[in-house]
Amino acid sequence: MKRNRKLAEKLITFGIVIAAFLLCKILIGTGVMSRSLRGQLIPICVYICMAVSLNLTVGISGELSLGHAGFMSVGAFSGIVAAMWLSKGVGVESQLHCLLFAILVGGALAGAAGVVIGIPVLRLRGDYLAIVTLAFGEIIRNVMNCIYVSLDGSTLRFGFINPGLPGKILLNGPMGATGVKKMASFEIGFVLVLFTLFVVLNLIDSRDGRAIMAIRDSRIAAESVGLNVTKYKMMAFVTSAVLAGMAGALYGLNFSTVAPAMFKFDTSILVLVFVVLGGIGNIRGSVISATLLTMLPELLRAFSDYRMLVYAIVLILVMIFTNNPKLKNAVGRLLPRRGASGKEAE
Amino acid sequence: MTLFLSYLINGISLGSVYAIIALGYTMVYGIAKMLNFAHGDVIMVGAYIAFCATQYAGLPAFVAVLLAMLVCTLLGVTIEGLAYKPLRQAPGLAVLITAIGMSYLLQNSALLIWGATPKSFPSVVSLPPVSLFDGRVKVTGETIMTILANIVIMIALTQFTGRTKMGKAMRAVSEDKGAAELMGINVNATISVTFAIGSALAAVAGVLLCSAYPNLMPTTGSMPGIKAFTAAVFGGIGSIPGAMVGGILLGVIEILGKAYISTELGDAIVFAVLIIVLLFKPSGLFGKNVREKV
Amino acid sequence: MSESFKRTPTKMVPAPSHGIVPERDVGERPVLETRNLGISFGGLQAVDDFNLIIGKTEIAGLIGPNGAGKTTVFNLLTKVYQPTMGTILINGHDTAGMNTAQASKMGIARTFQNIRLFDKMSVEDNVRIGLHNQIQYGMASGILRLPSYWAGERRQHERAMDLLSIFDMEDLAGVRAGSLPYGAQRRLEIVRALATNPSLLLLDEPAAGMNPHETEELMANIVKIRDRFKIAVLLIEHDMKLVMGICEGICVLNFGKVIAKGTPEDIQNNPVVIEAYLGKRKEA
Repeated sequence: MKRNRKLAEKLITFGIVIAAFLLCKILIGTGVMSRSLRGQLIPICVYICMAVSLNLTVGISGELSLGHAGFMSVGAFSGIVAAMWLSKGVGVESQLHCLLFAILVGGALAGAAGVVIGIPVLRLRGDYLAIVTLAFGEIIRNVMNCIYVSLDGSTLRFGFINPGLPGKILLNGPMGATGVKKMASFEIGFVLVLFTLFVVLNLIDSRDGRAIMAIRDSRIAAESVGLNVTKYKMMAFVTSAVLAGMAGALYGLNFSTVAPAMFKFDTSILVLVFVVLGGIGNIRGSVISATLLTMLPELLRAFSDYRMLVYAIVLILVMIFTNNPKLKNAVGRLLPRRGASGKEAE
Repeated sequence: MTLFLSYLINGISLGSVYAIIALGYTMVYGIAKMLNFAHGDVIMVGAYIAFCATQYAGLPAFVAVLLAMLVCTLLGVTIEGLAYKPLRQAPGLAVLITAIGMSYLLQNSALLIWGATPKSFPSVVSLPPVSLFDGRVKVTGETIMTILANIVIMIALTQFTGRTKMGKAMRAVSEDKGAAELMGINVNATISVTFAIGSALAAVAGVLLCSAYPNLMPTTGSMPGIKAFTAAVFGGIGSIPGAMVGGILLGVIEILGKAYISTELGDAIVFAVLIIVLLFKPSGLFGKNVREKV
Repeated sequence: MSESFKRTPTKMVPAPSHGIVPERDVGERPVLETRNLGISFGGLQAVDDFNLIIGKTEIAGLIGPNGAGKTTVFNLLTKVYQPTMGTILINGHDTAGMNTAQASKMGIARTFQNIRLFDKMSVEDNVRIGLHNQIQYGMASGILRLPSYWAGERRQHERAMDLLSIFDMEDLAGVRAGSLPYGAQRRLEIVRALATNPSLLLLDEPAAGMNPHETEELMANIVKIRDRFKIAVLLIEHDMKLVMGICEGICVLNFGKVIAKGTPEDIQNNPVVIEAYLGKRKEA
């Protein structure tokens, strides 16, 4: 019976995503959807994946990460290089193949970065862990500013800090990637969202996911029943990095120009805000809040100059109203609360 | 050698600014156990106030700085009272997100009031530059002022927390909020005073920062804010001498790193040093290691 | 005390190296043996020269005044703290250099004085965490829902329900652990510890906060668990009715040192123990 409820929760989440996708297809097909909103569709998919993957670290594993955009950045730039190499260097015609290859490469490299960063980071606890993830996010951005890659015939050439590379420049340090072929499509974005949800929801509802959540709830008790804390913290952290890298690759191939400055600290914070407002540990909440909040600045366009101000005020008010016991009782349950349990975590 | 010396002095100067900002972070963290992300933006507000006071109202520099401190103190206390106080019992993450919201709010308000175009900040320091080693090393008045201000603030704060009744109350609250309350200490008032002091210091830091790097924008405070926060963690968050030492070290590392290793990688070097320090001393240079009770 | 678990005094005999074990466990390897175990925090010698042997199926008690170092001994045995001196042998294997998780795999399980459940997870999931190393399948089978996932999940479920039935808690399987009443939380901790298939179960004040009726039930259950799983139990408890009622060997700790060891009868009549608990009698 419990199993059925879990399954139903999961199906509802997938149902919402699929229904939203079909609705979008209809709106596009009938020409109702505005141009600016159509342009938001891929970023929405990307941010859903980012929020869901960050929720794995913050909500399920219980470690505050302030550098998630770093993994997105690694995924975006490695994805661009991979796609350009495959299409221009090797000469693969199909954009879909290039895009999928880019997503795989982006995920793999971001996962490798996750391993390298996770080893030191996960030895720390609490606020110190958070600050080190922030530091790594900044280091990644800074290093990306110094990386130069060119395509010389069919070979990739790499350089660091202003080398004169032969051939067609793919990554140009702080200028980033210019003249990128936009390969990303809404359909692949939708598939990536489904994939991310599939991985995260199934992981949570398995032996390893329970171990991750147990360590979050009580590290000492988890150790006392024989759980290897480092292993499971790494599992959550690296999985989250891989998924963020895949989303990053899709994001990178959605713009003609991509600069390292697009993945700064603010982006990490933005994704964290999605996670917190959607409910920490609540995966469906992340999907919904990432969707609404990515559209919000667009919808607030009428306020033009004031929209970021409104965004900030809304953020503060929501936090106060959902977390102050007196106000919360007065307002009732407006948003999913913090502290979702294992069975709510879908 | 003389070149190294001038880099070192520049580093200490920049580090002194970080240290003054870091004090605000570290005191607030020590007492309220929260990361006040909006602190960096209070710096920016302080600098804008001083800018307006000197440029538009024609006030003397000294008065302008005092005005900036006053406004920032009020701002800090207001932010605490309106946004953070209702969340005293809330989970840490909720408070963090609120602080981030506050940071956005300050930045975007500044954008509406003062616009996005950078303003050229006039130096408020009228000290003449000093030449050392037959003029081979020049030390600007701003640098001297910054370092002096840092020393004065350090001494004043140490005396304040060590000697005064309010200072002792602060230490008591940071040690154990509940016990302090039972001893008759007004916890809310103590937290407000902490925010007031931290914000006043932020105004000073803002003026000093912009006197040395005269490019004032709504986002001026964020990067120094993050670095100062790093400095506070580096020194051991919650510790006043830690913030001082951490700030100065960070400034020196940044300037020397940019000069001798790579200009492009300056920030990365700063953060890499932070990570290395935390790996060997997980609670910073001066932080206390807390063992979890089983 | 009800008759059902009235203890028939166990004959305790000297163990081969030192200490005493129940006569029935002679010839079996002792489940726990410590030699000169000690730890100091800074200058404070919290536990000093602690020697203890527990027989394979013994129910042993660790008692002493508050602050005597009883929980510290548990933390040493489970490697939450690394001892600064001495040796711990679990089933004859030295645990030097091991961490808590490895000590658990060696067969040592515990409960905590201040309950530490996985509060946000269900009762059943708490027990499943205990089964983590007993019933395994890989991460990939979990995500891809391979047959080994379904088989593993079903076995975990069956085993968890079986363990919960010890305390008649099957009905609570879907309840959030954090919302259970206090007594049930203590019982769930024991079930979770048992799920790791231990050979030695450490109980830190299992009867704390229980009413006399619940304590009686608990006593019967501890004996039942020992008999069913054929394991040893070491418990810290202040309720002397429980300690004297079910423990076969008792070790008394004061200021980090063992001041007496023996059967309940020995301990009850030991003047040093009485002095440690009640203070020195004034000479008239």
